[in-house]
Amino acid sequence: MAYDKFTVLKSSAVPMPIENVDTDQIIPARFLKATERTGFGDNLFRDWRYNPDNTPKKDFVLNNPIYSGKILVGGKNFGSGSSREHAAWAIYDYGFRCVVSSFFADIFKNNSLNIGILPVQVSPAFLDKIFRAIEADPKTELEVNLPDQTITILATGESEAFEINTYKKHNMTNGYDDIDYLQAMKEEIRAYAGKSIY
Amino acid sequence: MSQSPATLFDKVWDSHVVRKIEDGPDILFIDRHFIHEVTSPVAFLGLESRHLKVMFPEKTFATADHNTPTINQHLPVQDPLSANQLKALEVNAGKYGISHWGLGNPKNGIVHVVGPENGITLPGMTIVCGDSHTSTHGAFGAIAFGIGTSEVEMVLSSQCIMQPKPKKMRINVNGRIGKGITPKDVVLYIISRLTAAGATGYFVEFAGEVFEQMSMEGRMTVCNMSIEMGARGGMIAPDETTFNYIKGREKAPKGAAWDKALAYWKTLKTEAGATFDLEHHFEAADIEPMITYGTNPGMGMGITQHIPLAQASGGSKASYEKSLGYMGFHEDESMLGKKVDYVFIGSCTNGRIEDFRAFASIVKNRKKADHVTAWIVPGSHIVEQQIKEEGILDILTAAGFQLRQPGCSACLAMNDDKIPAGKYAVSTSNRNFEGRQGPGARTMLASPLVAAAAAVTGVVTDPRTLMAE
Repeated sequence: MAYDKFTVLKSSAVPMPIENVDTDQIIPARFLKATERTGFGDNLFRDWRYNPDNTPKKDFVLNNPIYSGKILVGGKNFGSGSSREHAAWAIYDYGFRCVVSSFFADIFKNNSLNIGILPVQVSPAFLDKIFRAIEADPKTELEVNLPDQTITILATGESEAFEINTYKKHNMTNGYDDIDYLQAMKEEIRAYAGKSIY
Repeated sequence: MSQSPATLFDKVWDSHVVRKIEDGPDILFIDRHFIHEVTSPVAFLGLESRHLKVMFPEKTFATADHNTPTINQHLPVQDPLSANQLKALEVNAGKYGISHWGLGNPKNGIVHVVGPENGITLPGMTIVCGDSHTSTHGAFGAIAFGIGTSEVEMVLSSQCIMQPKPKKMRINVNGRIGKGITPKDVVLYIISRLTAAGATGYFVEFAGEVFEQMSMEGRMTVCNMSIEMGARGGMIAPDETTFNYIKGREKAPKGAAWDKALAYWKTLKTEAGATFDLEHHFEAADIEPMITYGTNPGMGMGITQHIPLAQASGGSKASYEKSLGYMGFHEDESMLGKKVDYVFIGSCTNGRIEDFRAFASIVKNRKKADHVTAWIVPGSHIVEQQIKEEGILDILTAAGFQLRQPGCSACLAMNDDKIPAGKYAVSTSNRNFEGRQGPGARTMLASPLVAAAAAVTGVVTDPRTLMAE
């Protein structure tokens, strides 16, 4: 699926300093029944965001108007659990383009990169600085620079480098996905398959 | 490839690399691809929008499991959204020539139960599915892991996915496990020691006497939960136990093909002197029946222990307190004797015949506690049939239990099998996340023996107290 190119993102951020945010929280299983990729943002963090009677929970960060932006900042081990890509779709559909954490679950990280969300892994100390900067000023802006592989707290100028492999970086900055690449090497794949014992 | 002695993981991975991208992922050929109704429809839409075909339809297998009802499967599915997904799977499978074991098919069941029991899962394979518990198939010495829907589309269209090669971890458990200790306890113990993120970034090999002595079904339970410590997957070297399990199954190789495969499978082991990025050692004697007290699978303890203090949890105090608050538990209290409202036995973790034998061994000649609602859900129709043929159904019926029909059921509560808000469930499934078994549901993960003990006593009970000497 095509997605927006990602180069430099300057935005305020939504803080969620909770550890082990699993994909069942990001999007509960009962909202996985669509056969198309639309509308998942409405149910992002459904059970943390809404009461059983569908009224918003006032103390949840997405319901607090002072926080907004295209960057979601989560505690360590973000995106653990189920492989549901719907979790990444819900985050994207809600309007986030980048998730920052000190540690990501593997499948969530892959899914995010595959649909155009940049997962930025920072040190625990830098994550703490981001949370404190947002606490001091909810409108504080972060700059995520993919070509330079840096994330900066603009108010203080504090910055940290993050890792991404060259292949994925090239895809993200150009809005490419893996399927085109794989389609171009079908003969090589067919040759491999011919030798397989399975 | 490498000059140092190879690990089992290296052997299987390296033999499946079609191309390496410099400073990028490996392009890995996939031998078996399982699909189900929930994570495949958007992948098929993607194929259609790009006008692509399925490259090797004979390497993909479809089964319906996640949202299927576990009673009255002969009737039309009531929930229109679930019915729509099931229909989409049937239509897509038919259109692209993919094998489909839908609702009502005698081979239908949970994808990670039916793959092995029909001989589709074999040693040395790469296996993927849009489901994180695909790690189950690692029990056969396969590299098996869960993928997202974009990757499902990649596999359908090119039989390959792109993955950076993970780091390697070996987890050794030696000694003999004691009475009342099951494979589920072994893996819950490991996860409690490593935490829910302790193996993230790694592919795990389970090794040592405990796994060598374990049945294939037990190995599947262990590998199934590799993902619950964050691992990309888990695997166990194939041996005679593996080969005996596979031989004669419907889709397993036969005749000369069997001999050839077997000769290859016997080479699939980690060589002496091979190195791992990280290695852990545990003793079987330290493991007792386990139960979880929190909201991730790393929050588990021996059933006779007290809930750890926040400072011993290794995480933030706020996250720990949020978790215990959700469960309605407190630091330093015992779980024994706590009231249980629901018991669920089933899922890709503990939905095989040995699990129901274990459950029946406790409930035999006892009665279900009146206030407990029990959902007993076989992993497949084949397991359901075994339950009937072995007389387990008679034991269950005499004890006041009912057997349901196969599916994922209350493990993720996509169908009607939802634990009500605030209620406590002892569950043999794999995740105790908030709301996993229904909004507000409180899950305690445990073995089939602990589940059975809870079902007959109505409270959290050490199953060893109900077992004969």
